[in-house]
Amino acid sequence: MINRRDFLKTSALAAAASTTLAGLAGCASTPSARSRAHVVVVGGGYGGATAAKYLRMWSEGTVDVTLIERNPSFVSCPVSNLVIGGLKEMADITVSYDNLKSKWGVRLITDEVTAVDTAKRSVSTANNGTLSYDRLVLSPGIDFMTDAIAGLTGNEERIPHAWKAGAQTVLLRKQLEDMADGGVYALHIPRAPFRCPPGPYERACLVANYLRQAKPRSKVLVLDANGEIQSKKALFAKAFEGYKGLLEYVPNSELRSVNASTLTAELDFEKVRANVLNVIPPMRAGNIAVHAGLPLINERWVDVDWLTLEAKGVPGVHVLGDALFPAPVMPKSGHMANQHAKVAVAAILNLIDGIAPNPAPVVMNTCYSFVDSKNVIHVASVHQYDAEKKQPMPVQGAGGVSMAANELEAKTAAAWAKNIWADMLA
Amino acid sequence: MRRLPEITLWLPLLATTKLHDIQERRDIDVNLKHALAMLGLIGLSASAQAQDPNLARNLAATCANCHGTNGHSLGGMESLAGEAKDKLMQKLMDYKSGEKPATIMHQIVKGYSDTQLELITAWYAAQK
Ligand code: HEC
Repeated sequence: MINRRDFLKTSALAAAASTTLAGLAGCASTPSARSRAHVVVVGGGYGGATAAKYLRMWSEGTVDVTLIERNPSFVSCPVSNLVIGGLKEMADITVSYDNLKSKWGVRLITDEVTAVDTAKRSVSTANNGTLSYDRLVLSPGIDFMTDAIAGLTGNEERIPHAWKAGAQTVLLRKQLEDMADGGVYALHIPRAPFRCPPGPYERACLVANYLRQAKPRSKVLVLDANGEIQSKKALFAKAFEGYKGLLEYVPNSELRSVNASTLTAELDFEKVRANVLNVIPPMRAGNIAVHAGLPLINERWVDVDWLTLEAKGVPGVHVLGDALFPAPVMPKSGHMANQHAKVAVAAILNLIDGIAPNPAPVVMNTCYSFVDSKNVIHVASVHQYDAEKKQPMPVQGAGGVSMAANELEAKTAAAWAKNIWADMLA
Repeated sequence: MRRLPEITLWLPLLATTKLHDIQERRDIDVNLKHALAMLGLIGLSASAQAQDPNLARNLAATCANCHGTNGHSLGGMESLAGEAKDKLMQKLMDYKSGEKPATIMHQIVKGYSDTQLELITAWYAAQK
């Protein structure tokens, strides 16, 4: 068990060290109630890291926060397609967790969670024992249903997904660098919903952009299980036209099986041989959420109360990000996970103080996608809570996409990354 | 176990912003009808429900992804912290009306009621 006094020490030190925590305008807080509260956050991605920081910031250091994350630093999925396309390095998408510790007083445990006991309110880890919590924030991301495609399970090294940033990103980049000119890069897109709706189409563009310059006789084959492009359709269709002869987009291409030794992809009526085979498998809420016995919809996505982001019927367990059964047209994105975190944190602090959660939360989303080394397109949406439907609904007439791919938004996209990474981690 | 249709219509299918691409516009019309039938419309009328004590802070936090935590941008986007409320509000209303050209703000502000924007701008103006 984690020593309570250690927490109090860390918190006191952090509060003393950080002037940021002091001069914040806050509500009438009740430090005595809060100083008894310990929130454990599992998963330090866009959702979890934001939750850890905002819990400390908005509680003015009066809530103890432990963040458990298996990776030693944060590696961003958004922007990782630029690494795969050879336009950025891993260092450009890697951010330290140090500020969460030193500036915000978050207790960081680099470890794997092995079990969650929602009845006992405890979390077990591989190397750091069992921690008890008053409230748990689970930001588990996604895990893959590789069994849905015969021959895929166990072959993720040979057939990368690169749909979680890190070693897989490096692996796919290396495979593309090693591919001979005249080779075929095949990308399989699973049926929606999947993490980052525009992501696969951006990846296709950026690999084509790389091959056009480095290996112009090569081919990009996009095998989409969906009937059409799932995000920014007209803009991506236009970008694909710009890669005519190099990039081929094939809708309704559900992948049935793969052969890892020959790199063959088997569709319903066709077999495709590739030199680099990049299969994004169907996915569902991260394993931790599944093993914790949280309520799932379609056996895949966590069912939450949208005012608190608590899993339905599991009080005290708040779930964020890609793992959720999405509200209507709500994308699974890093930006959205960051927004989920802020709604959850506001609700958690209210609940600790004995006040009802904010009855009118708002979340919004933006995704910037590169279509080549210079030009970017965006999609944006705003979602306001609808008390009757009990979920956030997209505001009609708001949001939308870029008029056309443009260079100005490449600057905005870079600024977005810098500012959202700081919003989570700085 | 619950089974529900997984709605795969991502935005911009619900958007009604000006788009030059005719095909896209047709998609929007078709999908909009479909989506509205499925989802119903959402209005932005002020409701009589009790207001959260931190409503302004919570609303303002939805802008922080781009404009920085508490409105302190690290660059590439304007900082909002400490800016005069009226000035901020004027800019937002100009985005809403289309008077001020923008890449994205005109689409974002339309998602918030004027009352919400008043709360947000007052909150940012009060930040140091
Ligand atoms: C996706 C990133 C993004 C988000 C989220 C965002 N903005 Fe902006 N904002 C921008 C960009 C980019 C501009 C420059 C105008 C443009 O191109 O749209 C801007 C400009 C502005 C300006 C004018 C700044 C100046 O001095 O010219 C204001 C005010 C503003 N935003 C307020 C807000 C508020 C309030 C919110 C939240 C409701 C918000 N923004 C959310 C990206 C964003």
